[in-house]
Amino acid sequence: MTLLEFSRGPMLHFALFVFVFAVLWRLISTFMLGWRKRKSEWRTTSGSSAVKGAIAVGNRSWPHPEFLERTAFGEAVGYGYHIGLFAIILLGAPHVIFWKNLFGISATWWPTIPSGIIHVISVVTIFLLLIATIRRYMHPPLRRISNFDDWFTLVILFGLMISGVMAVFGLGGRYEIILAVHIISFNVLLIWFPFSKLMHAFYILPARFFIGYTHAKKGAST
Amino acid sequence: MSIDNRKERPTIGQIMDENGVGRRRFLKYCAGITALMAMPPGMTAAFAQQLRAARRPTIIYMPFQECTGCLESLTRSFAPSLESLMFETISLDYNHTLQAAAGDAAEEARHEAMEEAWGEYILICDGSIPTKMDGIYGTSAGHSFTDQLHEAAEGAAAIVAVGVCASFGGVGAAYPNPTGAVGVSEIIKDKPIINVPGCPPIPEVMTGTLVSFLASGVPDLDNNLRPKAFFGNTIHDRCYRRRFYDRGLFAESFDDEGARNGWCLYKLGCRGPTTYNACATIKWNGGTSWPVEAGHGCLGCSEPEFWDQGGFYEPVTSKLFNDTGQIAAGAAAGVAVGAAAAVAANRRKKKLSGTADKETSS
Ligand code: SF4
Repeated sequence: MTLLEFSRGPMLHFALFVFVFAVLWRLISTFMLGWRKRKSEWRTTSGSSAVKGAIAVGNRSWPHPEFLERTAFGEAVGYGYHIGLFAIILLGAPHVIFWKNLFGISATWWPTIPSGIIHVISVVTIFLLLIATIRRYMHPPLRRISNFDDWFTLVILFGLMISGVMAVFGLGGRYEIILAVHIISFNVLLIWFPFSKLMHAFYILPARFFIGYTHAKKGAST
Repeated sequence: MSIDNRKERPTIGQIMDENGVGRRRFLKYCAGITALMAMPPGMTAAFAQQLRAARRPTIIYMPFQECTGCLESLTRSFAPSLESLMFETISLDYNHTLQAAAGDAAEEARHEAMEEAWGEYILICDGSIPTKMDGIYGTSAGHSFTDQLHEAAEGAAAIVAVGVCASFGGVGAAYPNPTGAVGVSEIIKDKPIINVPGCPPIPEVMTGTLVSFLASGVPDLDNNLRPKAFFGNTIHDRCYRRRFYDRGLFAESFDDEGARNGWCLYKLGCRGPTTYNACATIKWNGGTSWPVEAGHGCLGCSEPEFWDQGGFYEPVTSKLFNDTGQIAAGAAAGVAVGAAAAVAANRRKKKLSGTADKETSS
């Protein structure tokens, strides 16, 4: 069995199994925890709390005006590489082909971005990820709250991004080996995902919603 | 087998002179080969000199678990043609498909030829070698292919495995590989082996490899024992459709506008990116065309285990498993474990808050 075969075959199969199993385990066990019992009366109706929750999702995804000057750079870099990653993963032609094959769908409506633009986005995204990593290391509070989880995730992401760029540009040796390394990095990411802070991808929006929702309900109405 | 019967063999130069092959023709022949191998034109003269001085070798061509496609291909070589190769360069002393002799006579001829050139002949093999049940799946003249290979390899100076089957097991070794088929290099470990894979290999690559071996010995080989001169680049590296790949222009089906415009066949399963071969440069049928030019993606036939790399019409990044049941079971198990964990946590929470309530009231 070649390395590429292993990465596309048993390893991908195993990684998907772990990903699906552990993500659902974590999500279900969290969402089924239910609400804390409140002894006081709710301040608002559930409907208007839900609206407030939705607003909180938007508000909390945007830098707070008061701290804008201090956080704008970090936020811009963060948004930059997140958008870059999403564009590459969801709209890069080879990835779209991969997803369609994986999910067994033809989805003719699924758009792709021309490779030239994806190449530029990839290089910019790696650059932004590098800035974010350096910043995490140099910024004392950020460094203090970073642990193995963060650094390991970054290592996987760099492996994934760099091998992807190398495969596309035909750099650094045999294509099938680089492609295998790229797919193996993806598999490692899938396995690591549910047990790491990467779960924020699933938690972040519901968490913001619930915070907005409960804040709307709590306290005395005036 | 003894080496006493070994004969001093004439050099290729002597054969050429005897047959009245002029210097100009010979140089043209060598120029064709050096061009095939992408050697600089300045090296043609040195190559010709080496080739002239080489002794005309005996070739023993042993077919094993094969379809004769490789030999069919070899007989269609244009530069050098098999005829010119046989009359001017090599002595094909045994090939049971091409020779007139059959049965015991053929076997005798093979043993005689091997004895005469013991330690010096080149053994060409095509077809995989079945190893299961002591090799009983493939026999000839009462001997298993495995035994025949061992016997023939013992006296060979080098072995050239032509075709993907002789190189890596190929079609015979495809899952579930009922005969335990393997390539020559899995069995013979103590002889120089050159793999010339393909299904079939490009004829000029076979003849070019042979002639270059005669002139300068075992060529530079890659990890899969393939001559780098022919297998050093991927199909994708040299493909004329590459500019469409780079621009993200892909044919979506074999009859759409993209296909008509000659766009890249990646989405239709082309394995050019992971296949090392010379189809894109040497082409087939005397340089007439090649699969991608004819509108079909590369099948990757010069790569190990090419039959087991997923569907031929699925891209090279596609998954290599069909089972989704286990993943669905994983999802169900995740939901169950998550629910159980939540129930347990809620129970604990209730118990703790009950104790807290009691403590507050007491
Ligand atoms: S047709 Fe195949 S070999 Fe040619 S550029 Fe496309 S993927 Fe590469």
